[in-house]
Amino acid sequence: MNTLEERKALIEATAQRMGKEIHTESPAKATEPRTALQHESPKLVSLEEAIRRTGLRDGMTISFHHHFRGGDKVINMVVAKLAEMGFKDLHLASSSLIDVHEPLIEHIKNGVITRISTSGLRGELAKAISSGIMQEPVVFRSHGTRGAAIANGDIHIDVAFIGASSADPMGNSCGYSRSENAKSICGSLGYALPDAQHADKVVILTDDLVPYPNHPASISENLVDYVVEVESVGDSSKIASGAIRDTKNPRDILLAQQAARVIINSGYFRDGFSIQTGSGGASLAAVKFIREEMLHQGIKASFALGGITAHMVKMHEEGLIGRLVDVQSFDKVAAESLKNDPMHQEVSANEYASADEAGSATHLLDIVILSALEVDVNFNVNVLVGSDGVIRGAIGGHPDTAADSALSIIVCPLLRGRIPCVVDEVTTLITPGSSVDVVVTEYGIAVNPRRPELAERLEAAGLKVVDIHALAQRARRVIGNPAPLPFGDKVVGVVLDRQGRVQDVIKSIG
Amino acid sequence: MRLRRTMMFVPGNNPGMMQDAFIYGPDSIMLDLEDSVTMAEKDAARLLVYNALKTVDYGDTEMVVRINPLNTPYGKKDVEAVVRAGVDVIRMPKTETAEEVVEVEREIEKVERELGCLGRTKIMAAIESALGIVNAYAIATASKRMMGIALGAEDYCANLKTQRTPDGDELRLARETIVVAARAAGIDALDTVYSNLNDMETFRREVEYIKTLGFDGKSIINPRQIEIVNEVFAPKEKDIEKARTILAAIKEAERKGSGVISVNGKMVDKPVVIRAQRTIDLAIASGILKKEEVL
Amino acid sequence: MKEASAGTLESGDILVRIAPAEKPGLDVHLESSVAYQFGEQIKQVITETLNGLGINDAVVDATDKGALDCTIRARVTAAAVRATGKDVWAD
Repeated sequence: MNTLEERKALIEATAQRMGKEIHTESPAKATEPRTALQHESPKLVSLEEAIRRTGLRDGMTISFHHHFRGGDKVINMVVAKLAEMGFKDLHLASSSLIDVHEPLIEHIKNGVITRISTSGLRGELAKAISSGIMQEPVVFRSHGTRGAAIANGDIHIDVAFIGASSADPMGNSCGYSRSENAKSICGSLGYALPDAQHADKVVILTDDLVPYPNHPASISENLVDYVVEVESVGDSSKIASGAIRDTKNPRDILLAQQAARVIINSGYFRDGFSIQTGSGGASLAAVKFIREEMLHQGIKASFALGGITAHMVKMHEEGLIGRLVDVQSFDKVAAESLKNDPMHQEVSANEYASADEAGSATHLLDIVILSALEVDVNFNVNVLVGSDGVIRGAIGGHPDTAADSALSIIVCPLLRGRIPCVVDEVTTLITPGSSVDVVVTEYGIAVNPRRPELAERLEAAGLKVVDIHALAQRARRVIGNPAPLPFGDKVVGVVLDRQGRVQDVIKSIG
Repeated sequence: MRLRRTMMFVPGNNPGMMQDAFIYGPDSIMLDLEDSVTMAEKDAARLLVYNALKTVDYGDTEMVVRINPLNTPYGKKDVEAVVRAGVDVIRMPKTETAEEVVEVEREIEKVERELGCLGRTKIMAAIESALGIVNAYAIATASKRMMGIALGAEDYCANLKTQRTPDGDELRLARETIVVAARAAGIDALDTVYSNLNDMETFRREVEYIKTLGFDGKSIINPRQIEIVNEVFAPKEKDIEKARTILAAIKEAERKGSGVISVNGKMVDKPVVIRAQRTIDLAIASGILKKEEVL
Repeated sequence: MKEASAGTLESGDILVRIAPAEKPGLDVHLESSVAYQFGEQIKQVITETLNGLGINDAVVDATDKGALDCTIRARVTAAAVRATGKDVWAD
């Protein structure tokens, strides 16, 4: 005989030996229909309750993402609530901050926020910080560096507040939505994924609470502690434009054409190449010229990386680009494609551009087209601080893609009005010249002397290759010599390099 | 010899566009004081053009200014300002008779004499009426400063009581007359503008057509048109080869001290030599040949 | 002299307004997006241009949108000509 009753003693003995408890019969199972449960969960609480339950205390680090761009409502909403609840001395770590986050100025002045980590600052907030309203300098990192810092503990996030375009009550969340109530679509949540993976507590905020299961999801419920339903996470008209807008600006078209010619004749334009471009007018227009040449030569790209645009989606759908690797969707077409196309894949900031991960996509990137506020005669690039000394931009993935790609191309006009873009020394060092290969301006193309073979190829193709010093001189001849900027002595910003080391500091001004 | 494939119109009261025009690489830039400037801004535009010509580095680009007619209150001041600024060419609008050219020449001379640079400024005339077409040769030969004549199609069509069509039948006589008059006078012939920027295919066909007629180039209104004109005017490979053979024969004749140039046993006369040189210049300007590659 | 202006607020241009002075000297007010780097240079070009035209007493209000020196000279001259009625070219 070998019945359960007979094995009872043996079970007890085994349990004792293993140090485990003994199974007892469960109470009667629940039999009500489960459809109701798809709409509820103990995780689903109010914002205030979520904050209370996370155990957030003064001095801790809270994090946010900027995928809702100019339409973001999450940061202002959460910080206002934290201020109302009396929190002080918080460290705000966002993937970036922009014009819409101007209300943070008050929270800084009131001591709610005393430290900031970000990729960029714009608008009035940037001006206020440049003028020195914070005791502690803002710490600036690239997107790849931020991801790495969160993974290696350089940034320890106590509570991540992540805005999502849709979420179910368990916390399965995305930057898009399959429901009819979709309101605020941003596409990829790539910059928020390291936060979701590594923060002690994760709070999802959504304006489109959908029944379980919200699969496939960008952020899995097992990373999520609380879900908060809010009226709106973002103003959708300011998150992304709905359609392709082709530039009519002849200077942008000229720059785009030159950049495309550089790529086509660089030696890297071959079947299976990979490419990343920005969302600026010249960058988008360059993609159009590259597409024509791909069709002409019968060349296909293996993947396009980074901020994905409608142009990239179109080329993917035409079969010209194999995969789309998407850390940030620049428009609604890209966001829709991410939702619908399995070959269009979302990646985290780490998978995108971390220097610590050998497999991050930038390491496999052939060509990147980037913009710049300033380039200097040593090919150093500044994308963060205006030539008036005031912070007005974002590092983004600039140093990551420039350093890891085989060919980095900076596209910028020589002059913006009276502001020179090719200068003797950049106002702030963001991307070191050692990782910048080509600078395309309307007055000629400068090639880094480290890349003589590139200069040779471009010259052989009949492109106008010039010495970068000649460009800087030409700019100076047109505009005259700028007076020195009235910087103060206070350090208002620190720029970290890709290894997390201090690369430059930004002084107060104005 | 100067290539004039593209003459780009730039409004004379827009500083941003005036500074940028050079970067697109037109053969000539035409700063406009006439139709693109309102009466109230004629004085300001004239000063803007004067200061830009004196200051902005336009490289080797030929600088042209379209002045207001002398019978307006602005024409004479326009001439004074742009000659003082050292303009390459004054473009006369709506030219109908040789006398008008002579009057402009007189105004130019007044200023040049004062500056001590007599003969520096060239003239080109836009012909925009039936009377102008009838007088085309007289206009083209009215002054030794004349460097070219151009067709202005809008006013011409209005004057003819017709309108422009995609095929340009209405312009046929005017175009052919201008080319013939220019060639007879030994100066350049420039075609009118094409203003629909959304139809680059028709634009290309029109450029091909006017090249076949014999025009040296086209007036353009947008940088995007430059590349198409240059492509159309780029010489074909076999023409370049032929031109190189002819130029090599000239060198050879010079070396031998011979006055007779022959290629494959056939004598080559002057027009052929000039055409060969123009083919080579076009090839270099189009980036097909490098200067060093030419003998 | 009467009050007059020239120029526009478009990018790369400058709007210059000249008015009779109540006290001797040139009183130049400048608003510019590049004031930090180029404010003094721009004021100097304005002053030199007016002095060159023989105008030493005036109030000048200039709103600069990144204009180059040659544009500033052209606009200041145009405003001065309109204010004084005295052209720089022969009639």
